[in-house]
Amino acid sequence: MRSTSPNPLFRALADPTRRGLYEHLALHGEQTVHALTAFAGVSQPAVSKHLTILKRAKLVQHRRDGRETHYRAHPDALSPLADWLRHYSAFWQQRLNQLEFLLERMNP
Amino acid sequence: MTEPNTQSVILEKTFPHPPEKVWRALTDPHLLAQWLLANDFAPTPHHKFQFRADPNPQWNGLIDCEVLLIDPPRQLSYTWSSLGLNSVVLFTLIPTESGTHLRMEHSGFRPDQQFAFKGASYGWRNFLNNLDRILTEVPQ
Repeated sequence: MRSTSPNPLFRALADPTRRGLYEHLALHGEQTVHALTAFAGVSQPAVSKHLTILKRAKLVQHRRDGRETHYRAHPDALSPLADWLRHYSAFWQQRLNQLEFLLERMNP
Repeated sequence: MTEPNTQSVILEKTFPHPPEKVWRALTDPHLLAQWLLANDFAPTPHHKFQFRADPNPQWNGLIDCEVLLIDPPRQLSYTWSSLGLNSVVLFTLIPTESGTHLRMEHSGFRPDQQFAFKGASYGWRNFLNNLDRILTEVPQ
């Protein structure tokens, strides 16, 4: 909610196919585009498009090996998301303290 | 109350004030604005409203909400949707000998809720549930 908005992350992960691809990479390690296409059950151009969006959000990294492109998850990109969830803990803590002060000032 | 594995923030605080007074602070839009956020809340079931935080370049500062439950002076719940996170806030007020014990739970969607939400929400919630597992299991 502050400077490190997870907005691009949310956008990249808002699509169930992309989320599935990311989770697959995160849990199974590096995969070729061919393997990811077989996993996702959509066309290779569609998978490539999804991977490009994940790449832009820095959720995945790739390397070329001959004619194959290999993708792997880049877990650091998720930390703003985790921070954002933690942010709510701090947010509510602070707000409930303000509630305490307000109750002191209110009429009975 | 909470679906197993749903990520949530739970905070509890005891106030030396009666539940009716705490309830007013939670449900009067002017009082609510003084401790939470600017809002157009109304204590009416299904009322849709927004909390308005300070905007920044990445975020318009708007939180879309809908009142789910109003049970004065015991329970208040509304949805809390912002930046792709669809969640629910639940306040529970428990009277004590000297005041009120307030429990605030901010959690993901629960399947027993009746309101409509985007199909993607379900997968998104599962993704959040899996987040800790993913963060710990990813090969470095």
